[in-house]
Amino acid sequence: MSTDSTDSQFSPERSALLSKVEPAVLEEQALVTNNRDFNWVTNKICKIVETNAPNWWWVCFAVALATASFTLVGLIWLVSTGVGVWGLANPINWGWAIVNFVFWIGIGHAGTLISAILCLLKQGWRTSINRAAEAMTIFAVVCAGIFPLFHVGRVWFAWWLFPLPNANLIWPQFRSPLEWDVFAVSTYGTVSVLFWYMGMIPDLGILRDRAVQRLTKGVYEGSSKLRQSMAHGADIFRKYFYGVLAMGWRNAGNHWRNYEMAYLLLAGLSTPLVLSVHTIVSFDFAVAVLPGWHTTIFPPYFVAGAIFSGFGMVLTLMLPLRALYGLHDLITQRHIDNMCKICLGTGSIVGYAYIMEFFIAWYGANPYESFAFINRAFGQYSWAYYIMFSCNVFTPQLFWFSAVRKNAALVWIMSILINVGMWFERFVITVTSLANDFLPSSWGYYSPTIVDVFTFFGTFGLFSTLFLLFLRFLPLMPIGEIKFVMPQADPHGHESDNGKESH
Amino acid sequence: MANIFPKWVNSIPVKVIIALVLIKTAVVVGVTYYFSPEYTRVGYAPTQPVAFSHEFHSGTLEIDCRYCHTFVDRSGHSNVPGTNVCMSCHSMVLKDDDRLAAVRQSYESGEPIPWVRIHKVPDYVYFNHAVHVNRGIGCVECHGQVNEMEVVHHAKQLSMGFCLECHRNPEDYIRPIDEVYNLDWERPSDSQSIEEIEGFVHDWGVNPPQSCSGCHR
Repeated sequence: MSTDSTDSQFSPERSALLSKVEPAVLEEQALVTNNRDFNWVTNKICKIVETNAPNWWWVCFAVALATASFTLVGLIWLVSTGVGVWGLANPINWGWAIVNFVFWIGIGHAGTLISAILCLLKQGWRTSINRAAEAMTIFAVVCAGIFPLFHVGRVWFAWWLFPLPNANLIWPQFRSPLEWDVFAVSTYGTVSVLFWYMGMIPDLGILRDRAVQRLTKGVYEGSSKLRQSMAHGADIFRKYFYGVLAMGWRNAGNHWRNYEMAYLLLAGLSTPLVLSVHTIVSFDFAVAVLPGWHTTIFPPYFVAGAIFSGFGMVLTLMLPLRALYGLHDLITQRHIDNMCKICLGTGSIVGYAYIMEFFIAWYGANPYESFAFINRAFGQYSWAYYIMFSCNVFTPQLFWFSAVRKNAALVWIMSILINVGMWFERFVITVTSLANDFLPSSWGYYSPTIVDVFTFFGTFGLFSTLFLLFLRFLPLMPIGEIKFVMPQADPHGHESDNGKESH
Repeated sequence: MANIFPKWVNSIPVKVIIALVLIKTAVVVGVTYYFSPEYTRVGYAPTQPVAFSHEFHSGTLEIDCRYCHTFVDRSGHSNVPGTNVCMSCHSMVLKDDDRLAAVRQSYESGEPIPWVRIHKVPDYVYFNHAVHVNRGIGCVECHGQVNEMEVVHHAKQLSMGFCLECHRNPEDYIRPIDEVYNLDWERPSDSQSIEEIEGFVHDWGVNPPQSCSGCHR
């Protein structure tokens, strides 16, 4: 829509007034800066996969693998001994395992939000971060799944969680939110993988075709014969690897039409999941009749917290990647601003929920409920409450200031604080209510054991390992969709709006 | 650009899907058939050290179950008789028969005959014989028509589903107390008798546990 046609719809008084006021034209920042062309985008993203892994990648990969081994040790220890090696004891039978599960599941939510809701809302800025965020979602679900899986005790019976017909004539307890969790999380994982993979098919086709082109040309540069033949061999691997994964993508018009439709359908399918998964996770607590858990505010409060922590994690991952791969033209200040603003918005909802819980504890006039909250803030776990409150409520408020949002290092540190805070939120919710419940004679204090610590610490390694492998073998950003939001792709071109309006 | 894959590759996805469907069906059918207690337990008939015939003793001679399994209505455990019980008749009947040599030897030495156990619930299951037979659950419900078995075999599944089926619908299995040890008893078909029998569940306060801890104590 051009400026001229808009003007003609309004009365002359309005036009006169507008010319008097001279409203400021707010430049919308381009989503790909520095006037990069399409070819540059393709090269930039493909080269990450096609060139040799940088040294930092190998260092990170080694560290990540070593860290991941801690989870392996923790789990072997657990399975060979029994759940008793975790710090769980009456009355606190939900410790770190549930805390870590909710923590990791929450992190995943940013990916689904970016890929589904922002897609339906036509937010162009999602394109350069959605692939990595979806990968993050899937890897976070993998990490999250470990904890409830091993928490069942005899992990080899974990398949009993699924309603399979059996000779025992028994079914899982369908009235339990823990069983709903099984369905919610497995659906979430499945849809996320489908969405992620389907979105990647055109890019896998590009990687395949580039390898084939190089093989056809047959010229490989390199200091030695060995290096040349290694590069050649890598391209043969790529030809088949991406060839299989691309599922015969030929970049044809009908392919793109089907792709767009499938993408839209999956976006529609995942949109309710953004809200439902963490709602059901919150039911694990809210359905129990325990002061501090049994509240109706839990579903929205948990969903907001999940998106908050998810965007925190996206920032934690994308800011270093942007610096290491030199992606400043693709992940621009506008992207960072938007992510910070979502953190600010969801963080404020979380802060509101914290305060509202206290209000209701007082207003509800239930002595057990009010005790639960006074105990949270001033009881034996008050240290955890303070960490949670300061990280989650105060940190995001700094994002009101554009100077803060422009300081990448500061944003990165704050994004980590957000996730520290969100972990402590789950810890506070899970542990304080259990440790001091109705019966003072059974009150206890929960401490994790070394096995708890190993298992949780290692999941960061597992997550990083998977993410580094993703960086190495799969396209980091959706090449086609980035091109779609570039100024060059604007069908109106640059000439019609004479610089008065930008898209 | 030349094709990467030859043309026959096009049919691979369909073939993979068909293969997966077939494999999955085979696994489901196979597990359902071969992994069920119906297959793994029913029909188990080990050779016993003495060829004792339940068909003859219980069927033809109509000896009451409790003549040998003396404590079944007084104890959680249904005992296998010692050879002194055998000798209560066989000291006079067939007293020199070769087939009873092992019984006489056991009676003299005091060493029990090593019968091979057929019916066994797992260690983590609590089962009480007395409470079942005293509340109208006949022997035949779990052990089958032992009075017709020359060699005793495992007649019923004794799976958890088998137990639960009765615990959930006791009125379909309960019988008059007098008929508990009558393995040939048949449920009457007229509605008045059925109503009367189903009333036992209420009259005797039969309330079979369905919670986990009812049996897994």
